[in-house]
Amino acid sequence: MRYLPHTGEDVASMLRALGARTLEALFENIPRECRRETALRLPEALTEWELDDHMARLAGSMAAGGGWEVFVGAGCYEHHIPALVPALVGRSEFVTSYTPYQPEVSQGTLQAIYEYQTLVTRLLGMDVANASMYDGASALAEALLMAVRITGKKKVVVSRLVHPLHRQVVRTYFSPTGGEVVELPLLEDGTTDPGPLEEMDTFAAVAVQSPNFMGCVEDLGGFAALAHEKEALCIGSFTEPLAYGLFKSPGSLGADIACGEGQSLGVPMSFGGPGLGMFACKAPHMRSLPGRLVGKTVDREGRQGFVLTLATREQHIRREKATSNICTNNSLCALAAAVYMAALGGTGFRELARLNRDKAEYLKARLEAAGCPTRFRAPTFNEFVARCPEGFEKKHRDLLGRKIVAGLRLEPYYPELSGHYLFCATETKSRESMDLLVSEMAS
Amino acid sequence: MTEFSGTSGLIHSEPLLWEKGRPGRSAFSLPRRDVDFSPPDEGLVGKGPEFPDLSELEVVRHYTRLSQWNFAVDTGMYPLGSCTMKYNPKLHEKYAALQGLSGAHPLLPGSLSQGALCLMHTLERFLAEITGMDAVSLQPAAGAQGELAGMLLIHAYHKRKGEQRTKILIPDTAHGTNPASAALCRYRPVAIRSGENGILSARAVEGLMDEETAGIMVTNPNTLGLFEEEIRQIAAVVHSRGGLVYCDGANLNAVMGMVDMGRCAVDVLHCNLHKTFSTPHGGGGPGAGPLCVQKELAPFLPVPRVVETPDGYALSEDFPLSVGRVHAFYGNFGVLVRAYAYILTMGAKGLKKASQMAVLNANYIKERLKGTFHLPYDRPCMHECVFSDKFQRVHKVTTLDMAKRLMDYGFHPPTIYFPLIVHGALMVEPTETESKEQIDLFVEACKAIAAEAHQEPELLWEAPRRCKVRRMEEAAAARHPCLSG
Repeated sequence: MRYLPHTGEDVASMLRALGARTLEALFENIPRECRRETALRLPEALTEWELDDHMARLAGSMAAGGGWEVFVGAGCYEHHIPALVPALVGRSEFVTSYTPYQPEVSQGTLQAIYEYQTLVTRLLGMDVANASMYDGASALAEALLMAVRITGKKKVVVSRLVHPLHRQVVRTYFSPTGGEVVELPLLEDGTTDPGPLEEMDTFAAVAVQSPNFMGCVEDLGGFAALAHEKEALCIGSFTEPLAYGLFKSPGSLGADIACGEGQSLGVPMSFGGPGLGMFACKAPHMRSLPGRLVGKTVDREGRQGFVLTLATREQHIRREKATSNICTNNSLCALAAAVYMAALGGTGFRELARLNRDKAEYLKARLEAAGCPTRFRAPTFNEFVARCPEGFEKKHRDLLGRKIVAGLRLEPYYPELSGHYLFCATETKSRESMDLLVSEMAS
Repeated sequence: MTEFSGTSGLIHSEPLLWEKGRPGRSAFSLPRRDVDFSPPDEGLVGKGPEFPDLSELEVVRHYTRLSQWNFAVDTGMYPLGSCTMKYNPKLHEKYAALQGLSGAHPLLPGSLSQGALCLMHTLERFLAEITGMDAVSLQPAAGAQGELAGMLLIHAYHKRKGEQRTKILIPDTAHGTNPASAALCRYRPVAIRSGENGILSARAVEGLMDEETAGIMVTNPNTLGLFEEEIRQIAAVVHSRGGLVYCDGANLNAVMGMVDMGRCAVDVLHCNLHKTFSTPHGGGGPGAGPLCVQKELAPFLPVPRVVETPDGYALSEDFPLSVGRVHAFYGNFGVLVRAYAYILTMGAKGLKKASQMAVLNANYIKERLKGTFHLPYDRPCMHECVFSDKFQRVHKVTTLDMAKRLMDYGFHPPTIYFPLIVHGALMVEPTETESKEQIDLFVEACKAIAAEAHQEPELLWEAPRRCKVRRMEEAAAARHPCLSG
C-alpha cells in the first residue's frame, strides 16, 4: 500500500520496543463485544489506473462540459475560472496545512485570509468580514442567530425571495431554538413586499436577498431604513456577489450584516459544494461575529504578521457560550475567492459584472421576442424569470437530449409560478449559444 | 550527528495585495463582448469594489511567496493531536477536478447527475460499513456541522416522543466543539468527569443521567487517545432513561476495521472525512462531517437523501420526520469525491492496516518519550498520546516553549493545552503515513528539546528563530483588532 510506509521489519522492531507481540495486542483493551467480528465488506482495493477509469466513467455521466449548455444559476453559477486560480490555490503548502493556530508557521494562510477579509469588506461595503462559513445558507442562518443574540428578540423576518433552499436551512437552524421565522411575500414586480414589516413591532432582523432568487434587484436601502426604525438589524444576503461589481453593495445601502454564497468567485460548482459562506458586518457588531477572524499584529521584534484573533468568541474557548459552533470552515475556497478577486482587479471585476448583466439582457430580449415574456419588471443582473408557452415542460425535457438545459422550472419552489423558468446567462454564454437556445425553444 | 530538516533558506517578503499593482493592470482574460451594452438605471449602480489591479505575474508571485511561509503535511511531519494530519493523495485532487464532477450544477434533473448520485450513495454504504452504523447523510459540511445535525436529530427524536429534554452530558475528554453544538439546540451541557484512568465510567453517567437529559456526547476514542471501554454500559444507562448516545467520531482513524460503533450501542455518530479519510485540510477547510445513525433514527436524517429507484439514483425529500436541510445543496461534494477515492484505493485491508499503523506509531512515541515528558495516563493508547510539561516546568519551560522550539527542528508542534484536563498538554498524533525513521527523528528532536530545557532554556524561550516571524503579539491583536486593511 503506497500510503503506508511500514515494512515488516519496521513493524517488528516497533512492536519489540513496546513489548507487544502482535499488532492485535495493541487493541486488547477494546472490549470484545465492541469489536468487529468480520472483515470490512468493501470492494477490493483498486490500482491508480483502475480508479482512473472508474472515476472517468462517473464523471462522464454528468451533464458538465462536453458541449453542454446549461442556462441555470439559482444559487450556483458557472463562471470562467482563470488557470492561475487552481494553480495557486492547489499549492501543497496551502492545501495540506491545518487551521493556522501556530502563526509562526502559517503566515501564508494568515496573510491570504487577512487579504480575503479585506477584499470582502470592500466588495460588500462592510467594516469587518470573517474567514468564511460553510456556504451561503448556513451563513444566513448564522446571521439571523447573530441578530437574535444582539437584539434579544426572538422573531426574524425573511423575504420569500431569499433562495428557497437557504430558507430551508434557516428553518432547520431555528427549529430547536424557539425562535420564530416569518416570511415576507413578493410583489408583482418581483421584489419583496415591505408592507407586513410596517405592521410588525418586535423582530430581531429582516433578511432580504439582492439580487433575489428571481434575479431582481431589491430596494435594500428601504428595508434597512424600516428595520432601523424598529430597532432591528437589516441583513443583506446574496448568491451572486459578482453583482456588486455593478450594483450598489449591501453595506452602502445600510445593511448591518451582509452574508451569502461566494461560489461565483473562482470556486467550481462541484455539484453544489464546497462553496463559500461569505460573512461581514458593521464595526459595532464585530464581537458578535461567528467564525474565525485573522488580525494584523507584530512579532516580538516588531515585524508585521498575522494571527487568529478574538478567539474568545469561539467554541474552543467560550464553549457553550460561543457565538457559533463553527470550527473548520471553507478556508481554501476563501483563498480561491481572494486569488480570483486579485486576478480580476477592480477594473476587471466591474467589466465582468457589466458583461454578465449585458449577456442576460440580450437573452431576456431574445426570449421576449420568441414569445417567452419576462415575468417581473424589476431590474436584474445575470438571471431573470420568463414565462414559457404551455407544454414547455416537454420541450425542456427534449432539449436535454440536445445537451441544452433551458432554465430552471420554478413551480417546485413557487407553486404559483407554474410555467415559469429561471434563466441564467453569465459571461460563459456566447451570443451564438444563446441564439441556439432561443431557436431550439421556438422550434 | 542526526540531521533535522529544520533549516533556514531564502524566502521572500511580500507586501499586502493592495500595496502592489497599478490601476489598469489585469491578470484576467476578459471574455469577448458579443452583446450590446445595456446599462441599468443609474440609481442602482455602485462604485464597484476598490480592488488593486495586478498583472498576472504579480498575482502568481504574491501567492507563491505566501504559500512558502506555510508549514504543510507535504513539507513535514504534522503530529497535531485529534486533527489526523495524514498524507493527502495527489490523485484525489485530479478526480475532484474532473470536469464532469467539478463543473456539475446541483439543480439539474437526476438523470443528468447519475455519476455524482451513484458516488454519494456508494460512499454512504461504505461509511455505514466502516462505522457499523445503518444509515448516513453526507450533508454536514464539517465535523461541527455533523455534531449540530446530530443534536438536531436527537432533539427531533425526543420531540417526536412528546418530550422536551433540556440537558446533555458531555465528558471532560470530549472535543471542544461539542458544548457549542449542543447549545445551538438549547441543550445545557452538563460536564461529566472521566475517571483517574482517563476513562468515563458507567457509574459516573448513572449519577447524572435523568429523564431531563437528552443523552450523552462522547468522543471515542477520547481526546486522551483512549478507548472508552465502558461505552456499552454507559449506553445501557443512557438508554434505560430514554436518552440517546452521540459519538464524536473525529478519532475514527484509530479503529477502522477493528471496532463496530453499532455494537458499541452508539445511536448517532459523525466522522470527519478531512481526518480519517485523507481529504486535505486546506488551511482550515473545507471538510465534511457525515452523520451516521442506527436504522430507527434514519427517518430523522437531513434531506434530501439519495435513494435508489427503478430509474436510477434520485434525491428525495419525502422524509416527513427529517430535521430538514443543513446545507444549501448536498454537502461538500468535492470533499466526498476524495474520500470515496481513498476508500476504493485502500480497500478493507488497507483501512484496517492504516488504523493499526496509526496506533502503532502513537504507542511507539508514547513509549519512547514517556521518560522525557510526563505521561499523565500511562496505559496503552490508540492513535494519539497526551504528555504534559510537568518535568520541564521546574526549568520555567512550558508546553508553548517546547512547541515553538519544535518548529526550529522542522516539525509542526503537537496540539497544545488540549485536552483541558491535562495541565500543559502536548497531544501527539503521528498518523499512519509517517515512517519509522520520521517518527524516530521526531522522538530525537523532542529529547534534544527536553535536554535544552534543562541546559539552555533561553533557546526555548526565544523559539522559534527559523520561521518567517518570531512569536506574535497575540494579546495586542485581540486588544486592538485590525481585521482588514
